[in-house]
Amino acid sequence: MLEISKLVKRYGRDEPVLEELDLVVEGSSVVSIVGASGAGKSTMLRCINRLVEPTSGSIRLNGSELVNLRGRELRRARRKIGMVFQGFNLIDRLTVMENVLAGRLGYVNLFQAITRRYPQSDIERAFHLMERVGIAHYANKRADELSGGERQRVGVVRALMQEPEILLADEPTASLDPRTSEQIMKLLQSLASELSLPVLINIHNVAQAKTYTERIVGLRHGKMIFDGAPADFNKEALDAIYGGIEAPEEELVETPSNSAEAGTRGVTHDQA
Amino acid sequence: MTRPEVSGSPSVPRTWRKPPFIANPWLRYGLWLAVIAYLIWAFGSLPFNWERISEGLPRAARIFGGGFPPSFERWGLLFTGFKESFQIAILATLLGVALSIPFAVMAARNVAPLPVYLFGRAVIIVSRSFHPVIVAILFVAAVGFGPLAGILTLTLYSIGFVGKLLAEEIEEIDWGQVEAMRAAGAGYLATLVYAVFPQILPRQVGLSMYQLDSNLRASAVVGIVGAGGIGGTLMNAFGRYDYDFAFAILLIIIAVILVSEGISGWVRKKIW
Amino acid sequence: MVDHAGVLADRVWQRYDRRERLIRYAVLLVTLMVVVWAVRDIDIFWPWVWDAPNQISSLGARMWPPDPSRLAAITSALLETVHIATLATLLTIFIALPVSYIAAQNTTPNRACLWLGRFILVSSRSVNTIIWALLFVAIFGPGVLAGILAIMFRSIGFIGKLMGEAIEEIDRRPVEAMEATGASKAKVIVYAIVPQVMPAFFAIVILRWDINIRESTVLGLVGAGGIGVLLQGAIDTFAWPTVATILTAIIVLVLIGEAITSLLRRKVI
Repeated sequence: MLEISKLVKRYGRDEPVLEELDLVVEGSSVVSIVGASGAGKSTMLRCINRLVEPTSGSIRLNGSELVNLRGRELRRARRKIGMVFQGFNLIDRLTVMENVLAGRLGYVNLFQAITRRYPQSDIERAFHLMERVGIAHYANKRADELSGGERQRVGVVRALMQEPEILLADEPTASLDPRTSEQIMKLLQSLASELSLPVLINIHNVAQAKTYTERIVGLRHGKMIFDGAPADFNKEALDAIYGGIEAPEEELVETPSNSAEAGTRGVTHDQA
Repeated sequence: MTRPEVSGSPSVPRTWRKPPFIANPWLRYGLWLAVIAYLIWAFGSLPFNWERISEGLPRAARIFGGGFPPSFERWGLLFTGFKESFQIAILATLLGVALSIPFAVMAARNVAPLPVYLFGRAVIIVSRSFHPVIVAILFVAAVGFGPLAGILTLTLYSIGFVGKLLAEEIEEIDWGQVEAMRAAGAGYLATLVYAVFPQILPRQVGLSMYQLDSNLRASAVVGIVGAGGIGGTLMNAFGRYDYDFAFAILLIIIAVILVSEGISGWVRKKIW
Repeated sequence: MVDHAGVLADRVWQRYDRRERLIRYAVLLVTLMVVVWAVRDIDIFWPWVWDAPNQISSLGARMWPPDPSRLAAITSALLETVHIATLATLLTIFIALPVSYIAAQNTTPNRACLWLGRFILVSSRSVNTIIWALLFVAIFGPGVLAGILAIMFRSIGFIGKLMGEAIEEIDRRPVEAMEATGASKAKVIVYAIVPQVMPAFFAIVILRWDINIRESTVLGLVGAGGIGVLLQGAIDTFAWPTVATILTAIIVLVLIGEAITSLLRRKVI
C-alpha cells in the first residue's frame, strides 16, 4: 500500500510543483495519472523513489516511511520500487540480458556486477520474465538493435527483476507508435494482475488511461483535481485538467503559465 | 524491424554468460598471453639503474626544497627569454603559414601533377614525423645556436601541420567552382587564386591562430637544444642547479601557455 | 548591422561593412607592426641567415650516404623507445581515469575534487614532455625511468581531459535508471558510465600512444632514454652518416606507429 500525504516539492523559490498532494493506492490496482505537461506528474513519481527530493510531506510504502531515508537505507527501499521510463533508459551498448540483470544491481555485490556473474536464480527469473514478454530470444543482442516496443519491454522486465512491491511508469508509451503503446499498456495491465502489483502510470493519452486502468488521478498545477473510476472521467473532468491548454491527444504546446514549470521539470532530470 | 526466427527448440538455455568481447577463445587467451609476455619482455629489457633511482626521493626533496619559493630576481633574463620565444613563434607562424600554401597545393592530389604531389607529400610526412626538438638540433648543427635555428624549425613544423590539413581541405573543395573558372578561360594560377583559395582561406585564418599557439608552446622547448628562446634559459637554470629560478620560469611558461590558449580559442570562436 | 537606407543611397559594392573593415585594417596593422618589431628586435646575425641555405645543404651532403654499420644498436634503441611509449601509456591509464572522473562536472564528488582534478590536468598539459623529462632526469638520473615518468606526466593531462569530456557527454538517463534500481555509486559507474565511455576511451588511448611514440624519440636528448640518446651521441661526435640512418629509422618507426594506430582504430572501434 502506498500512502502519500501533504507532499510538497518546490524548486528554489519558485511556485511549488506539487502542492500538498495526498494519494493512497491500495492493493494491486493500476492507477493512471493524467495532466498537462508541467502539471507535476513526473515530479510526483520521482519523489516516490527519491530521484527527486521532496520538499516536505510523507510517502509511506507498506508502512515504512521513504522521505527521510539516506544512503544504504534509501538504496534498499529503491530496490522495492520498480521504474519504467519514457526514454526506456537502457544502456545501449550492453546486451539485453545485461540490461535486464541490471534490475538486480541492488541485490548483488560489486564483484558480481562487474563480472556479470549473477546468481542462477536471477538468470532463471530473467529468462522467465523475458519469455513472458516475448524477448527471450534477444538475450545476447545489443539493446540498441531492438525496436522501440521491444526496448520498452526490456525496461519493464528490468523493473520487474527488482521484485518490486510497486511499479512506477513515467510516460511509458510516449516514445512509441500508437499500436505499440497499446501493447505496452496491455502488458502493464496484465502484469499488474498476474504479479498482484500496484502500478502507477503517468500518461498523456486519456483514451488509453480510460481503457487500461482502474482509476484515474488528474493533476493540474501540482494539485489533484480528479480522482475516480474511468467511467466517471467525463468532459468536465477533462476540461478541468486540460482547460485552456490544447487537447491532450495533440502534441502539447506549452502555454505561458506552464512554461516556467516545464522549465523546472527539465531540471529534475539533471538533479536526479 | 527484422525479427530473427525464434530458435526451434522451445527450451531457452537457462544459463547465461556475458558473451566475450572476442568470440574466438584461442584469439582471446592468445591476446592476453601476448600482452603479459610483452610486459615481461619490456620491463625486463629496459635498463633501470635502481641504485641511482633509489637516490631519487631525497634528490626530489632537495630540488623542490631549492625550488620554493620560485625566485623572480633575474626577471631581466626571464623577460629576454620570453621576448625571444614570442618573436620566434610569430615569425615562424608567418613564414610557416605562408609557405604551407604552396606545399599544400603541391600535396593535394586534385590540383597537382603526380611527381609534384609525391614531393609535396614527402615534405609534409617528413616534417610531421620528426619532433620539433629533433629538427631543432639539426638546424642548430647547420646554422649555429640562436633564434634562427628556432625559426627554421618551427617554420618546418608549421608547414607540416598546416600543410597537411590544408591539402586535405583542397582535396575536398567544391570542384564546380574550379570548372566554372576553367570554362571562363582562366589559367592555372588564376584558377587557384579565384576558385581554390577563397574556399580554403577562412580555414587558414583559424589554423594560423591555432598554429601560433602551438608554436609558442614548441618555442619554449626548442631552446633546450640551443635554438633560442626561454627554453635555453630554463636549461641553463637546471644545469646550474638554480632550481628557484627554474621553477619561476616554469610557472611563467604555464601562465603564458594558458593565456595564449585562451586567446587563441577566443579568436577562433570569433572567426568561425 | 547593415543600414538599408545607406545601401540604397549609394549602391557601391563592398565586401564588408565599415566597422568590419576597420577591425580588419586594425588587425592587419597590428600584425604588421608586431612582425616588423620582431624582425628588427630579434637577436639574429643576418649574414648567417643568407648563408643558411648553404650551411643546410652542406650538412645534408655530409649525411650522405647513410651509414648502416650501427643498425643493430639503432634497432634496439628504437625498441626501447617503443617500450617507453607503450609502458608509459599503459601506466597513465591508471592515473588518468580517476582524475578524469573527479574532473568531470557530472561525476565529481564535490567542488574541491573538481578543482583538484582540473588543476592536475592543466598543470600536466601545460608542461611539455621534454621539460618533464628534464625534471625527472634531475631527480632519478638519466635513464628510461625518467623517460617513462615524463611521458606519463604529460599524457595524464591529455587522456584525463579528453576522458573527462567524454564522461560529461554521456547520456544521463541510464544513470538515472540504475540509481532507481537501488544500485550503489560504484555499480552505477561500472554499469551505466563505463560502457558509454568505452569507445572514446580506446580512441583516446590509441591516439595518445601514437603521439607518445613521437615524443619518446626526443627524450634521449635530455638523457631520458630511447633513440634520442644515440642521436645526441652521433651529433656530438659529428658522425653525420649515422645521424642520417637514425633519422630514417625514426621516420620508419613513426610510419609503422601510424599504420598500427589506424589498424587498431578500425579493429577496436
